[in-house]
Amino acid sequence: MANKLLSLENVSAHYVSQQGTRVVRAVDEVTLSLDAGETLGIVGESGSGKSTLALTILRLLPKAARIVGGRIMFEGEDLVDKPAAEMRRVRGKRIAMILQDPMASLNPLFTIGDQVGEPLRVHEGASRSSAWQRAIDLIKSVRIASPQTRVAQFPHEMSGGMRQRIVGAIGMSCEPRLLIADEPTTSLDLTIQAQYLDLLRELQRTHGLALIFITHNLGIVAKMCDQLAVMYAGRVVEQGPVSRVFSQPLHPYTKALLGSIPRMTEEREQLTAIDGQPPDLANLPAGCSFAARCPAAFARCQVEAPPDFTVEPGRSARCWLAAPTVHASIDQTIPLSRSAAS
Amino acid sequence: MKQFIVRRVGYSLLSLFLLSVTIFLFVRVTGDPTTLLVEPGASPEDIENMRHQFGLDQPLWVQYWLFATSFVTGDLGQSFYYRTPVLELYFQRLPNSLQLAAVAMVLSLLIGIPSGILAAVRVGGFWDSAGKTFSLLGLSLPQFWVGLVLILFFSVYLGWLPSSGSGGILHLLMPAFTLGWYFAAAHMRLTRSSMLEVLDSEYVKLARLKGLPEALVIGKHALKNALIPVITLAGINLVVMINVAVVVETVFAWPGIGRLLYEGITFRDFPVVQCVVVLGGSMIIVVNLLVDILYAYIDPRIRLES
Repeated sequence: MANKLLSLENVSAHYVSQQGTRVVRAVDEVTLSLDAGETLGIVGESGSGKSTLALTILRLLPKAARIVGGRIMFEGEDLVDKPAAEMRRVRGKRIAMILQDPMASLNPLFTIGDQVGEPLRVHEGASRSSAWQRAIDLIKSVRIASPQTRVAQFPHEMSGGMRQRIVGAIGMSCEPRLLIADEPTTSLDLTIQAQYLDLLRELQRTHGLALIFITHNLGIVAKMCDQLAVMYAGRVVEQGPVSRVFSQPLHPYTKALLGSIPRMTEEREQLTAIDGQPPDLANLPAGCSFAARCPAAFARCQVEAPPDFTVEPGRSARCWLAAPTVHASIDQTIPLSRSAAS
Repeated sequence: MKQFIVRRVGYSLLSLFLLSVTIFLFVRVTGDPTTLLVEPGASPEDIENMRHQFGLDQPLWVQYWLFATSFVTGDLGQSFYYRTPVLELYFQRLPNSLQLAAVAMVLSLLIGIPSGILAAVRVGGFWDSAGKTFSLLGLSLPQFWVGLVLILFFSVYLGWLPSSGSGGILHLLMPAFTLGWYFAAAHMRLTRSSMLEVLDSEYVKLARLKGLPEALVIGKHALKNALIPVITLAGINLVVMINVAVVVETVFAWPGIGRLLYEGITFRDFPVVQCVVVLGGSMIIVVNLLVDILYAYIDPRIRLES
């Protein structure tokens, strides 16, 4: 664990209502890790806690939410109890993030150069003119033509694809070690998407940065990522190397997700939709949160939530089916199966 | 930009025409001015003479035509009561109204914008509640009552400020605060709500993700966007303040155009009422036009869309 760039240990972030009566477990007991230069894909349906997890890492949760437990180790430091002023110097400098809506994430009243150069001025104390010069270089590095003119323009003078490149340039401006991209291509059309993904990969390679890619597009995961974490109802239900998870999914939810992608290879194929709705995060069932929708659920799933079973190094799943020996484990208590897992 | 301005000017002229027709008809609904102006016991012939002298015996459309054509040449007629050109009366009083409105505006912005920002940044906290109370009182307390209470405290009990009339800065304080409180409340509420909306935007989120200090996030990224509607409102309100201080000017005996309008209505002095209302309306229309243009200048998106 020591040489990991980022490792999350049992991180939970909950929304608590003003009276304290309603607790929404948006991110629950998440354990993840990422090496320098590696790409981790996080997939899951809307509301599964992907974006909240990203904001948890950056400690920029909305006011109603807070981190209630766990450690977020980044380059050997725990971000959870870092003072606010020091945390601010991590954002944009060591960990950057790209938001999903390029049309809304640039300030309409300031020039591109101002907005791209801003992190340099704040984190590196660059002067106005040197920040402007470096903004031009950054705009060029995200392959936007005529950066000299573009730098003085306003966001509304650019297309969605260009704006998202600008947001990428802002993310790269201080050469962070980790870039979190929250569905960065969702609002772009397909050809622009492909170009943007290529660009991200190229930037990643040249700067050796680690990437967390939040998406609900498994095709993008296959193309971009080394590691995959599948989130469901605030928890990571399965994780491991992308190729292993794709070829041999352990969790029925992962299987269902993979079954819901249309393939071009076969003539006709039944796409599987997952019946039912994700559970209410303020009122989670006693057992496994996927049990109600799970085709493979059995009695134990309804009463007892499965722990995170490590199946092989770097690969784990929160499912009783992934327990070392399914039948033996039915009688085991959770602490025992945890020790078996570790 | 040129086409944008031309179109806006066209709309403005149309508004001015509708306003002049409306006030022209409304003021004539109040009754016959001659009955207030003739001496007691005047004969019907005397009254008829006076009506003829003022042109009130002609058909309405003729009267309007005369009013409109002379208005275009800059002549607004003579006061029935004072028998002097109404413009003269108007420009005697206007500087006082301008002075009052300017001080009231400065007060309202100095109070409204910072307290609006504070309320939005500390939403749900003490300063938010304090601001809400302040603005609720400002919007709902009648100005004549606020004025009278101020006079009671600062003039009668404490003897610090003069209760009425014009003169030095001391005379201005109470009327300006009475007039400005309402607008401070309006400016505060708009700053707060527009700030809250902007603070929730993606670009403010990105500004925080960049690691900018909170002062820069709020003072630069949020504030400039949030102030756009406040500038619009303040620009219009300045002119509104000049023209709606009727109650405040009456309570504090402040010799502005509000008092002139009040007197004009009391005496059915049609040219005075028409003059104050049409010139006030013109001011509001012109300022709306200027604000639109200024707005287009600040916000580059509007500049290009037109």
